[in-house]
Amino acid sequence: MRIVVAMRQLADLVEELEVNDEGTDIDREFVKFVSNEWDEAALEEALTLKDELGATVTVVALDEPDVDQTLYAALAKGADRVVKLTGNDPDTWVRSRERAQRLASFLAGESFDLLLTGVQAADDLDGQLAGILGSLLEVPHAAVVVGVEGSDSKVRVIQEMGGGLLGVSELDLPAVLGIQAAKQTPRYAPISRIRQAMQTGEISEHEVELSDASAQVKVRRLYPPESTGAGATMLKGSPKEVAAEIIEIIKSKGLV
Amino acid sequence: MPVGGNKQAAGVTELAEAIVTSPLSGREWDVSGGSSRMLHSRVLTDYSASGFAKIAALEGGNSLEYCFGCGKCVPVCPVDLVSEYGPRKIHRAVQTGLDLFKSDELWKCTTCGNCLRVCPKEVNMIEVMPAVREVAMVEGTIPDELQQIMEKTFRYGNALGENPRRRPAWTKGAGVDVRVLASDPSPVDVLFYVEDYWSFHPRGQQAAQAFARIMTSLNVDFAILGAEEKTLGDSQRLAGEKGLFEALMEEVIDVLAKYQFNRIVTPDPHGFNALKKVYPKYGHTFEALHYSQLLAPLLEQIDFQGSLEATVTFHDPCYLGRHNGEYEAPRKIIEAIPGVKLLEMGRCRENSYCCGGGGGGMWLDGFNANHLSERLSERRVREAAATGADILAVACPYEVSRFEDAAKSTGNEGLRVMDIAEMVDIAMRGEDWRS
Amino acid sequence: MSVDVLVIAEAVAGEVPDVTYELLGKGRELSDGFSGELALVLAGEPSPQNLFGAADVLYSMSGMEAGYCAPQWEMSLGEVIRSAHPKVVLVSTGTVGIDLAGALATQFDGVLASYVIDAVMEGGSLVVTSQLYGGKLLSEVEIDSFPAVLSVVPGSFASDVGRVVGEPRREVIDVGGSLSSAKGIAIELREPDSSGVDITAAPLLVSVGRGIGSKENVELVAELAEAMKAPLSASRPVIDQGWLPKPHQVGKSGKKVKPTVYLAFGISGAPEHLEGMRSADVIIACNTDAKAPIFEVAHYGTTLDLFDLVPELTDQVGG
Repeated sequence: MRIVVAMRQLADLVEELEVNDEGTDIDREFVKFVSNEWDEAALEEALTLKDELGATVTVVALDEPDVDQTLYAALAKGADRVVKLTGNDPDTWVRSRERAQRLASFLAGESFDLLLTGVQAADDLDGQLAGILGSLLEVPHAAVVVGVEGSDSKVRVIQEMGGGLLGVSELDLPAVLGIQAAKQTPRYAPISRIRQAMQTGEISEHEVELSDASAQVKVRRLYPPESTGAGATMLKGSPKEVAAEIIEIIKSKGLV
Repeated sequence: MPVGGNKQAAGVTELAEAIVTSPLSGREWDVSGGSSRMLHSRVLTDYSASGFAKIAALEGGNSLEYCFGCGKCVPVCPVDLVSEYGPRKIHRAVQTGLDLFKSDELWKCTTCGNCLRVCPKEVNMIEVMPAVREVAMVEGTIPDELQQIMEKTFRYGNALGENPRRRPAWTKGAGVDVRVLASDPSPVDVLFYVEDYWSFHPRGQQAAQAFARIMTSLNVDFAILGAEEKTLGDSQRLAGEKGLFEALMEEVIDVLAKYQFNRIVTPDPHGFNALKKVYPKYGHTFEALHYSQLLAPLLEQIDFQGSLEATVTFHDPCYLGRHNGEYEAPRKIIEAIPGVKLLEMGRCRENSYCCGGGGGGMWLDGFNANHLSERLSERRVREAAATGADILAVACPYEVSRFEDAAKSTGNEGLRVMDIAEMVDIAMRGEDWRS
Repeated sequence: MSVDVLVIAEAVAGEVPDVTYELLGKGRELSDGFSGELALVLAGEPSPQNLFGAADVLYSMSGMEAGYCAPQWEMSLGEVIRSAHPKVVLVSTGTVGIDLAGALATQFDGVLASYVIDAVMEGGSLVVTSQLYGGKLLSEVEIDSFPAVLSVVPGSFASDVGRVVGEPRREVIDVGGSLSSAKGIAIELREPDSSGVDITAAPLLVSVGRGIGSKENVELVAELAEAMKAPLSASRPVIDQGWLPKPHQVGKSGKKVKPTVYLAFGISGAPEHLEGMRSADVIIACNTDAKAPIFEVAHYGTTLDLFDLVPELTDQVGG
């Protein structure tokens, strides 16, 4: 089985994010970029499938800040090949539609059975990658996937449908899957292995040129939500009154 | 006495009939049963040395098989008091087939060093455990909790996963100026290496602020690295991540090379241990001091405005005391504070109990909960409370939060846990520690 | 009149979720803004029969297999969109939305906004607000080319506005014939395993901390959780004491949760715990210590004794 994992870098949410001068993107200059945590789950699922069934795992990512670290870590964990797609400006926001186009352009020349990627990323303003990419490649796709079982010509996927309900379906190959959770927590790559991969591993580069970008929404402004004020609104009264107020709050959210 | 309640009774085999013959008179006594029963000696045949080969092949791994089974290590092992542990027991388990590389036993050792202190054969678990752990990690066995810490340390340069830029944030509440070398790189006497828990943990930050005030009042010329500081990572090393330790060291050395300073002072006995004992092995030599060692000789210059009026007991940090031989400096400081009476716990100095935080234990509380009858910190807090002291004084950044949690969970809320720097600061400023 | 707004009902197992009514309410407002019709599309027969009065048209996709298969839904919804030709398609950021919003937008060459929490008409344009970076930032986008797909975060709009008694015009679209060419088949729906606990999926969590004091007392909060039909979760001390098993743990070494409402009883709010739950939409905390850090992140708080408050809550929810 040939598996491709699409990974990406994302501003680290540990950071205080600031908005750039134009007010249309985060200020990327001082932000730390880390790999998207759901993509890590996708990589783990791919490596688990490799362990179980035998597979080659190729990891592909766009040229984004600190992406080399993510790719070397993938090699250290057991990926067979890592590819960096160049041609985009690493210091700007690559929106999900454009990301999908760039990946599709690479995948057109690549034969694969499964493409795995994270179910979502925190800046997916233009939608989640798996669906867009599946549609561009005209192959079946499914997201919010929590279980993958492969065979020669089909893949059985388990999707979370909300409220604990699981949807099981079977897709023809090749297929694109947005992974919500892998069978196990992403494995650990000891730092010595990552450093070894940095010395001996190779990141192959592949340039992508886009002629026409697909439609995406126009961002007027990006701004922090209004502060809810420091601290909680304290509910006053007897246990009976406070209980009634709490239930009212829960009900207003459509629960209970 | 077994505290955990899950000790295994010794297996004995009693002779059905036991007759003792006097070599002098030839007279015979029947001692079958009763208090003078005789036991069969047990012949050990159910073991093999093969389990040691893989361990002995590792750098630092060869001493485990030196064990000749005297068992002196077991009663001093802090983990054995709350479960079944100790090098002798590990040795025996490996003899009888335990795969230490895949076993949960691998992660329970806190590398406190008390076993090595008493071992006639110098079985060195402080080297054995990290070496085996390193291989286990490569083979994919690492507790989830620990994995997250290693990933955070690699990514952010601190074990808490905090934004590195917030490292100097504690200085805002210090009430004194704290120089950050990046913005004022002129030479400095003391490089204050704050380390993770004083930089980021709310209770650690209070101690860092207290220490900054003390140094300022003593006119110590000091500065910090601020956002450029990364953890020295000694506990990560002992938990098995030598590669991470080495990667951090390269970065630390690069940053240190930018500045001129006479000595490095750190509150963290683990960082202190790294600078004093491990860095030189890689060719990096600095004059390193634990903060207690900087303060102890300067204490007579402090003009204490008040008196603490408290009985205090002191917990020796393993990596300050047993590992680096410093028992006096923190005690000098405590005793120099007006109004303090120091009460020692039964286990103190060389035989001090371990808080459970070393060697990765700091980050394995959830994992250990399944293996220990109580936390080491809880055990230690009960010992501290039993002295009747008002304050449990500590000199390691791991300990304030560990012992405060333990004081709550063991019902000893009345015992206050304070860093020695906080105590000095309070007395220096004439404040009341109870408020 | 033409259909201008199409709401996709995420009714996979038959029951229409609350968010569908939220979308109908908002869809009504938007379609009125366009002076067009509002349509709802459902797999199979509507249930309940008569609560979709906010819509003018109800498309039923007939002939679909039971269960859920993304390629079949994509193909079927594609047929409906080709037939209805809406300007705006509304779906939620549930599985159907995450699966299909991007694919449909790509297929119909439209724009797409995800994580939407608000949408209003401004002249002939749609102004849409989305949550990005886990809610740390909001983005305001302008949409003036159609079709546009909006994938909406559940809980963003009031659902009662969309829950209107009435009988919209019915259109049945038979997709059964073409489904055989879909590149996938549905196998089954698996009901949640009630023996296990999944605290990460629940919209409401009742959580308990050290303040509960003993294993026996945990039962008190367990009763409330049961009355609220919510899983019981806990902070580290409760797990460490063995009062609840590990899968219930919220926090650094437990699970990260992001429910709509998080009820915290006797939890002081150690950083390790906050890390696991601070992104809940609404946090309500009960702790007798007014200085407990949990109140820094909570939206609502009370310093009442949980032993007074919890039984009262259980009573009121039960009654």
